Amino acid sequence: MDNLVSIVTFIPLVAAVILALFLRGDDAAARRNAKWTALTATTFTFLASLLLLAGFDPADTGFQFVEEGTWIFGLRYKVGVDGISILFVLLTTFLMPLTIAACWDVEHRVKEYMIAFLVLETLMIGVFVALDLVLFYLFFEAGLIPMFLIIGIWGGKDRIYAAFKFFLYTFLGSVLMLVAMIAMYVDAGTTDIVRLLGHRFGSDTISLFGWQIVGGMQTLLWLAFFASFAVKMPMWPVHTWLPDAHVQAPTAGSVVLAAILLKMGGYGFLRFSLPMFPVASDLLAPLVLWLSAIAIVYTSLVALAQSDMKKLIAYSSVAHMGYVTAGIFAANQQGIDGAIFQMLSHGFISGALFLCVGVIYDRMHTREIDAYGGLVNRMPAYALVFMIFTMANVGLPGTSGFIGEFLTLTGIFQVNTWVAAVAATGVILSAAYALWLYRRVVFGDLIKESLRSITDMTRREKAIFAPLVAMTILLGVYPSLVTDVIGPSVAALVENHRAELAEAAPLRLAQN
Amino acid sequence: MSADLSVILPEAALSVFAMAGLLWAVYTGKDRAAPTLLWATAAAFVVLALWIGWTGSGTQRAFGGSFVNDGFARFAKVAILLSAAAVLLMGEGYMARRGLLRFEYPVLIALSVVGMMVMVSAGDLIVLYMGLELQSLALYVIAALRRDSVKSTEAGLKYFVLGALSSGLLLYGASLAYGFAGTTGFAGIVAAAAGAGHLPLGLLLALVFLLTGLAFKVSAVPFHMWTPDVYEGAPTPVTAFLATAPKLAAMALFARVAHDAFGGAAGDWGQIVAFLAVASMFLGAVAAIGQRNIKRLMAYSSIAHMGFALIGLAAGTAAGVKAMLIYMAIYVVMNIGTFAFILAMERDGRPVTDIGSLNQYAAREPTRALAMLVLLFSLAGVPPLLGFFGKFAVLQAAVAAGMTWLAVAGVIASVIGAFYYLRIVYFMYFGEEREPLDPVRSPVLSAFLIASAVVMVVGVANLFGIEGPAAAAAETLVR
Repeated sequence: MDNLVSIVTFIPLVAAVILALFLRGDDAAARRNAKWTALTATTFTFLASLLLLAGFDPADTGFQFVEEGTWIFGLRYKVGVDGISILFVLLTTFLMPLTIAACWDVEHRVKEYMIAFLVLETLMIGVFVALDLVLFYLFFEAGLIPMFLIIGIWGGKDRIYAAFKFFLYTFLGSVLMLVAMIAMYVDAGTTDIVRLLGHRFGSDTISLFGWQIVGGMQTLLWLAFFASFAVKMPMWPVHTWLPDAHVQAPTAGSVVLAAILLKMGGYGFLRFSLPMFPVASDLLAPLVLWLSAIAIVYTSLVALAQSDMKKLIAYSSVAHMGYVTAGIFAANQQGIDGAIFQMLSHGFISGALFLCVGVIYDRMHTREIDAYGGLVNRMPAYALVFMIFTMANVGLPGTSGFIGEFLTLTGIFQVNTWVAAVAATGVILSAAYALWLYRRVVFGDLIKESLRSITDMTRREKAIFAPLVAMTILLGVYPSLVTDVIGPSVAALVENHRAELAEAAPLRLAQN
Repeated sequence: MSADLSVILPEAALSVFAMAGLLWAVYTGKDRAAPTLLWATAAAFVVLALWIGWTGSGTQRAFGGSFVNDGFARFAKVAILLSAAAVLLMGEGYMARRGLLRFEYPVLIALSVVGMMVMVSAGDLIVLYMGLELQSLALYVIAALRRDSVKSTEAGLKYFVLGALSSGLLLYGASLAYGFAGTTGFAGIVAAAAGAGHLPLGLLLALVFLLTGLAFKVSAVPFHMWTPDVYEGAPTPVTAFLATAPKLAAMALFARVAHDAFGGAAGDWGQIVAFLAVASMFLGAVAAIGQRNIKRLMAYSSIAHMGFALIGLAAGTAAGVKAMLIYMAIYVVMNIGTFAFILAMERDGRPVTDIGSLNQYAAREPTRALAMLVLLFSLAGVPPLLGFFGKFAVLQAAVAAGMTWLAVAGVIASVIGAFYYLRIVYFMYFGEEREPLDPVRSPVLSAFLIASAVVMVVGVANLFGIEGPAAAAAETLVR
C-alpha cells in the first residue's frame, strides 16, 4: 500500500469517470444506479482513509505516506499527510457518503449531480494531501468548477447571481496566490512544500513604489496568500459571497461548502502562512486577530436579524470561522489545537445544521423562519436532532463546539486579552441567535395550517444524522481523539515558528 | 546551391503541391474536385508535419543566412501544419453545405501555410516580408470567399486595407533598419546594434515600426481593431483558420524578429511588448463582456490570449520563449475545439452565432456541452485544465525575469476574462429552454471537439511531451 494517499484521493474520480462513461439513460433505474455508485465509492473512500488513520504515527511530526513523482515544468506530483492534514482528509471522507445520502431525493440530472460531487471529493482531498505548491493550487482552484455547477444547475431561485459571485470572488482571491507561489518557486527553486517549509524567505524591509514594506518579501507573499485564504475562509469583510452561495446552493452543496470547502482557508493558513512566513505572520497577527474579533461580533449580530434559516446559519459559520483564524494567528499550542478542533467540529455541526434545514425545506419548500413554528408537536425526532446541533453550535459543554471555542479563546487570551474579551461575547451572541431560531421554528403552538400534515424524519434521514450526532458528542466528551493526533505536529509547528522568529528578531531590531 | 534548396525542401514541396493541385482541379472537375483536393491538402500538411518533426535536426542556413531552419522554426512549422490540417477538415462540411467549397479554398490555404513556414524561418527582412505577404494575400481572399455576402466582403476588404497599412509600417521599419544597419540580414542587424545594450536612434525607430506591423498581425492592442469585424464577417471555417495557424506563425515571427534581429536590445523591445501584453489582456477581457456574438467573443478572447503569449516574449528569456510556444500550442488546440463547436451551431440549417441560442444546450447534447465546458474553463485558465498550465508557464517566465507586476496584471485580467467564458457555461447549463439548435450531424466536428477537450484534461499529466521540444526550440532562438 505504498500509494494509499493517491488511492484515497482518486477513488471518487474513478467512480465519476465510470458513471460518466458507462451509465446511460435517465430512467428511474439509471438514477438509482448513479446514487448507489456514488454512495459506494464515497464509502469505500472513507474505509480506505481509515486505513490511513490506522497506519498513521502521531508521534512523527513529519509527512507520512509520502508519494513522489516527476511532473511538468519542474513541478512534482507529491502527496502525503501529517498530523495537521490527516484529520481534514478524514472529515472529508466521513462527510461525503452522508452528503450523497442527503441528496437521495434529487431527481433532476442525477447522474451529473453525482459526478459533480465525486469530482469535488477528489479535489477536496487533494487540497489536504498535496505537498507541491502548484498541485495544491490546482486542487484548490479546480474545486470551483464543480461547485459553480452545483450551485448554478441545482440551486435556488437566484442561483445564477450566487454562482457567478462565488466563482469570481474566490477566483480573484486565489490568482494573487498563484503569483505569490510562482515568486516562491523562483526564490526557492522548488515547489516542494516540505523543502519550502525549511526555506527562509527574505524578511528585510524593502522599498516598493516608494512604500517601505516592513517584513519585505515575506509580507508581500503573506498578503497574497491571505487574499486567497481570507476569501475562502471567509473572513470579514470579504465574506459576502458566502451567504449568497449558501442560500442558493442545494442542501448537499451547502453541506459541502460549510463543512469542507471553508476549511481549506484555515488549512492554508496553517500549511503556508504561519510556517513559511513567520515574520510576516507575527507582524500582521494583530490585524488578523482584530478582523476575527470583528467578524465574530458583527456577523453574529447580522445573523440575529436574518429571516432566512440558511442565511442565518451561513452568518453563524462566518462567526465560527472567526475563532479559527484568531486561534491560528495566536500561534500557540492551545490556539492552533483549538483552531483545528473548531474546524473539524464545525464541519460536523454546520453540515448537520444545513441538513436540518434541508429536512424541513424538502417538506415545505421554504426557508423562511416565519413559515414555521411548533414543529415539535409533529416532529419530535427532528426537534431532538435540531436541538443537539443548535446546542453544539452555541458551544454547550459536552459537545464538540465547546472544546473548539474554549481552546481557541484560551490561546487568544495569552496573546491579546482585548481580542479574547471581544471574541468571547460571540459565545453569548451565538446562543442568542441559535436559540431564538430554535424557539421560532420548533417551539410554540402549531398554528400554521400548512404545517398540519408535516411528517417526522424518515429512517434514511435519521440514519444520516446518527453518525453526526455521535461524532459531535464523542468529540465533546473525549477531545483527545483529535488532540492526540494533531498535538505533536502542532507542537512542532509552534516550536519552529518561535525559533524562526527568535532568529529574525535581532535582524529587525538592528534595522530600526 | 543544392544544399540551399534542400533546406527549403518542405516549403518547395508544398508550393509545388499547391500549384499542381490548382492545375489539376482546373482541368478536371473544378469545384467538384474540391473535397478531394481538400483532403489531399490536409494529408499533405500532416505528412509534411511528420517529415519536419522527425527528420529535422540542427540548424541549417540557406541563401546567405536569409532562410534559417532551426529547432524553433521546426516547432512552429509542425504546429502550423497540424492546426491548418485540422481546421481544413473541420470546415469541409460547413463550406460544402453553403456552396463555398471552391477548389481555390484548399489551394489558398496551402499557399498561406507556405507563407507562414517561410515567415517562421526568416533570417532576413526581405524573406520575412515575402512570407508575411504570401500568407496575408491568401488570407484576404479567403476572408472574402463568400462573395455574395456583404459582411464577408466587408471583412475581406477591411482585412486587406488594415493589413496593407500594417505591411506598409513594417516595410518602412525594414527600410529604416536597412538604412541604419546597412543590411537586411538579421545577423547584420544584431551586429550593428551590439555592444551598447541599447539601440542607436535610427534602429530604434526601425524596431518600433517593425513591431507595430507585427502587432497588427497578432492583433495586439492597440492594433486589434480589425479582428472582431473580420472574425464576424468571414465564413466560420475561415475564422477558425484565422484564429489558429496565422496567429501562431505571427507570434513565432514576432519572437524571431525580437530575438534574432534585435536580440542585443531586449531592454528596448521588452517594454513595448509588455505594454502590448497588458493592453491586449485587459481590452480583450473587458470588451468581450458585452458580446453576444460568439465569433466576436472569440475575437476578443484571442486578443486577450495574444496578450498572455506576449508576456512570455516580454520576459526576454529562453524560458519566456518556451512558455510562449507552449502557450500558443495549447491556445491553438483550445481554439480548434471551440470552433468545432461553433461550426456546428445551426438552426434550420443556418449558422447561429448568438450565445443566447445555447440555452439549455446541456440538456439536449450532454457530451458536447461537457466538452465545451472543459474548453471554456481551459480558455479561462482554471486548473486543472491545460489552459492553466499555459498561463502558469508565461507567468513563471515573467516572475523569473523580474516582471512580477506583469504577472499580477495578467492574473487580474484573467479573472475579468473568466466572466464571459462562464457566461457561455451559464447559457448552456443554467439557461431557460428556448428554440433549440439543430442536432449535430457531423461526426468530424464532434470528434474534434471531444478530442480537444480530452487533450485539455489528459495533457495535464505530461503536456504530451511538448515541453522538451519547446525548450529546445527556445534555446536555439535565444542565445
